[in-house]
Amino acid sequence: MAEREPKVVGYCCEKHGIECVNLAARSGKQYDASIRLVRVPCTGRVDGMHILRALEDGADAVFVLGCLEKNCYYDTGSIEGRKRVDYVKSMLSQVGIEPERVEMFNASSSMAWKFPEIVSTMTDVAKRLGPIEPRGDRQ
Amino acid sequence: MKAGSDLEKVFEAGKFAVTAEIGPPQSANPEPLLQHARMLKGMADAFNLTDNQTAVVRLSSIASAAIVMREGLEPVIQMTCRDRNRIALQSDLLGASAIGVKNVLCLTGDHQTFGNEKAAKSVFDFDSVSELYTFNKLRTEGLQSGGNVIEDEPPKLYLGCAENPFATPFEFRAMRLAKKVNAGADFVQTQAIFDMDMFETWMDEVRGRSLDKKVHIMAGVIPMKTAGAARYMKNKVPGMIVPNHIIDRMKTASDPKKEGIKLCVEQIEAFKNIKGVHGVHIMAVKWEEIVPSIVDAAGLLPRPSLK
Amino acid sequence: MIVAERKPLGEIVEMIAQLHKVTVIGCRSCVAICLAGGEKEVKMLISALKLKNRKEGRKQEFDGFVLERQCEKEWVKEVDDKILASDVILSMSCSLGAQTIADMYPEKVVVPGLNTAMFGVPEEQGMWSEKCLGCGDCIIHTTGGICPIARCAKSMLNGPCGGSSDGHCEVNLDIECAWYAIHERLKLQGRLDLLEAVRPPKDWTPSHSGGRRIIVREDAKLTQHQKRGKEAVI
Repeated sequence: MAEREPKVVGYCCEKHGIECVNLAARSGKQYDASIRLVRVPCTGRVDGMHILRALEDGADAVFVLGCLEKNCYYDTGSIEGRKRVDYVKSMLSQVGIEPERVEMFNASSSMAWKFPEIVSTMTDVAKRLGPIEPRGDRQ
Repeated sequence: MKAGSDLEKVFEAGKFAVTAEIGPPQSANPEPLLQHARMLKGMADAFNLTDNQTAVVRLSSIASAAIVMREGLEPVIQMTCRDRNRIALQSDLLGASAIGVKNVLCLTGDHQTFGNEKAAKSVFDFDSVSELYTFNKLRTEGLQSGGNVIEDEPPKLYLGCAENPFATPFEFRAMRLAKKVNAGADFVQTQAIFDMDMFETWMDEVRGRSLDKKVHIMAGVIPMKTAGAARYMKNKVPGMIVPNHIIDRMKTASDPKKEGIKLCVEQIEAFKNIKGVHGVHIMAVKWEEIVPSIVDAAGLLPRPSLK
Repeated sequence: MIVAERKPLGEIVEMIAQLHKVTVIGCRSCVAICLAGGEKEVKMLISALKLKNRKEGRKQEFDGFVLERQCEKEWVKEVDDKILASDVILSMSCSLGAQTIADMYPEKVVVPGLNTAMFGVPEEQGMWSEKCLGCGDCIIHTTGGICPIARCAKSMLNGPCGGSSDGHCEVNLDIECAWYAIHERLKLQGRLDLLEAVRPPKDWTPSHSGGRRIIVREDAKLTQHQKRGKEAVI
């Protein structure tokens, strides 16, 4: 059987977040194309609900990518984003799901290397943990 | 005479009174109480039996009083509002009076989160002032808080309270004592004093309200064994002020225990000369055996024997 | 408002473990404002429970609704069919909402998703503090608008205890001493004389100590005739 493709969803702000993605592409960086990006106006708009919904709909891992906390286009949006991610992590731990399936990242538009790094971190997590399903099924 | 207790007699005779605290054991063994009673007999006019102090379960203060009375000590029972509602408080008061307890100290009580039964449901039906108010009505008119009048003779009680000159808001503290006096307090034992200047300031306000003429003020002292104890009280005990010079003095002393005793004795000497202070209350927490040397060194022995 | 907190998820999972069709019902009133049982919280809870079941290979059906006010029968009736079709109602309302459903559908199992904590106010975003105990006899006109029953750990009525330290409560140094605050407020208003009088023991009969309380407004109650008319309309 062919290796299952990891499913990673990224909520990415349309300011520094998306610029960082674009710069990586323009600079010819290689990264796994299987991830699905969702553009959001600001990571402050991402709610725990959205993150959990992505997992519920089949994502193995979810990340949120926003501006640097001290240089957020909307001032404190990416701080809000981090708090939501942390809250979801605590909920996941309470129901016995690995909290590392969800992460918050921050980047500036000039960090070309950052996006490929995020992708590789999250696809590694997704590969390592696999889909959310009973352990026995993966033997 | 309200109750005719030894403590009351000492005050009425205009003598400088002495009370000391005895902490009941955390068991049903009366032996530690009896030991303390034998050791402390004659060293003070009356002895406070604490009521589950710092919300730690201990042998009850009323039972402790009965035990030390067997050895001829006069008890002051402490009654907090933390664990008993007005039914239990009045009932226990009648019971205590029936076995011969005459002195009662009315306290709100430390919150149960400090003790070893943190999950307890707190009562606080009364606070110390409404407790005093009720007990005073009981002894003077036989009137219970619910309006019932005791047909038999009302209990004979000498009522005390505590006051802390070092808790905030400072400017309310004399007013609070005034409330307790109006509610019926005959004597007051203060929180342990380390900051003599602050105590003097409070006494000024107390005298300004003429409270020194209406209530017998007993200054509280705690003998310390170590500088660590002083620091602990400064930092960890809410509503306690320990000036740095006291901590330094304990720290630099070659024999801290001796220094602690000396400090205590000096304080008592000073209290004797403060207008309105009519006695001293010694709280030798877990160090009861030191009380005789302090009382002796402060020139307060022998205790007066009054008929 | 009534302030509540979500129970730990493990506790919720345990309460609904043996039941198949789970209907989660939130409330748009107090518990939505205190971020415990509104629309988002209902959705997130269902997601988390579904993920747990998926991970453990367990099957349960979830459905979720949010009512305008779960403590009022009229609003609960809106989801009457959904309630009847479920094995368990997981209420994400304060206990009042949960009990309203439990009383309306005595044959249904209703479990609380929240712990109802207090009557409190939002002090700032993400922080609520207790300010009333519902004692049934308000006295805050004498205490500078600050309730000592709720805001003092010992519900003292005659001023601060001896544990008030730098204006903080002995029980929790992060909390202000209510009586310190009362003193400051009355000083500001020049009304410190209000504190002089001895306040005798409080009459607790209007509080829960007097037994469960039911308030009736005869002028507002419907007459038998009106009730019949209303039923005919429905």
